[in-house]
Amino acid sequence: MLDGEPLVRWHWLGDHLGYLAGLTGDHAVIALVPVLIGLLLAVPLGLACTRWPRLYQPLAAVFNVVYALPSLAVFVVLIPYTGLATRETVMVPLTFYALAVLLPTTVDGLRAVPEPVRQAATAMGYGPWHRLAAVELPAAVPYLIAGLRVAAVSSISLAAVGALIGRGGLGYLFVDGFQRTFPTPILAGIVLVALLALVCDLLLVAARRLLAPWATGVAR
Amino acid sequence: MNWFGWLHDFFADPAHRSGPDSILDRVLEHLAFSAEALVLAALLAVPLGLLIGYTGRGLFLVTALTGIARALPTLGLVTLAVLLAGVGDTAVLLPLTALAAPPLLVATAEGIRGTDPDVRDAARGIGLTHPQTLFQVCLPAALPTLLAGARTAAVQVIATATVAAYVGLGGLGRYVIDGLATRDFPTTVGGALLVVLLAVAVQLLFALLIRYATPRGARTAHVDEPAGSPALSKESI
Repeated sequence: MLDGEPLVRWHWLGDHLGYLAGLTGDHAVIALVPVLIGLLLAVPLGLACTRWPRLYQPLAAVFNVVYALPSLAVFVVLIPYTGLATRETVMVPLTFYALAVLLPTTVDGLRAVPEPVRQAATAMGYGPWHRLAAVELPAAVPYLIAGLRVAAVSSISLAAVGALIGRGGLGYLFVDGFQRTFPTPILAGIVLVALLALVCDLLLVAARRLLAPWATGVAR
Repeated sequence: MNWFGWLHDFFADPAHRSGPDSILDRVLEHLAFSAEALVLAALLAVPLGLLIGYTGRGLFLVTALTGIARALPTLGLVTLAVLLAGVGDTAVLLPLTALAAPPLLVATAEGIRGTDPDVRDAARGIGLTHPQTLFQVCLPAALPTLLAGARTAAVQVIATATVAAYVGLGGLGRYVIDGLATRDFPTTVGGALLVVLLAVAVQLLFALLIRYATPRGARTAHVDEPAGSPALSKESI
């Protein structure tokens, strides 16, 4: 209970702008670098899955389970290898969560090219690599971005849990506010996490408009 | 770095074998609390999802709610709830329910909406009323999708309940949080391992339920709906 403590002390926010900005930056790195690495891994893995379709079922099943593992438990299990309160302990699991979201969307995207289009590209003299770069990957972009939106937003909210093992960017505000029975940092943290997620989401929507203008009606 | 030693210490500890801190009690606490949140969320989300899915109105609300729910940090909601409502299980139940409801809502609405329109028309054509069409035709067809949503919600609740040990909730998160606080590594790792096992067991349970709820003829067509990310609803592509 708060015992007369106001929900928001505005002057605390004013006094800590630099501090909040620093935590937000740290949070963005911890949450978003794993999404980028996840993307870099998802594309070749997705290509392998479309090339050898039998690979996909077992991989999808494994990542389905990985996605369901509670983040705090995974952070803790990694501590002996990557250390307490290090960025890596939080970033390694986040990479796997991102990959779990991105692999199926990549595969769906790569499969979205209609067979006649593929054959037309081949008939026009495109080799496999040229076809991949000019036809298949562009066609997958709307799917990739839909996946990235989910992965980025989830990663941003999950990264805050890292505060419980000492490295969670904005999540530190929750631990700090709770320990001092001081709701202002907690509310600031919730708002900043949601804002960071919103900004990423809008950037990804803008990227889709730019990279795949034809898909505006298809992928919302 | 000795997993065998840590796990041996954890499982051999007499306090973890009987009494209030025993593994069995912690598992049951975790399950009971998660089930409570899940049932509450279902009571809220399923009727609303049925209505939205059947009428097709308010689908934008569903999409918006899921997006917001995904962006909110669970640890922030849990700590704020306890500061506002006081230490206790009820305070934690609120954010847990709020986080479990959106996946259930989306799955119900999408499942109902995904029923073949021809089938619906046929049901109306042979004289079924709207409620009959919804409950006897659309709902059975939507059941696998609904259960997939329940699985996502369950997994989310189990993870959040672990985090909520930080604000005093019982369950397996106690081992993780208490172990971290006292630098008692065997307890932390043992607890984390049990949480992972619990999450996997619940996943398997739901996979079985989904299989059971899918008509036999449709099983081979999309076996346990493996393709497609667990987090990504059809709506978002």
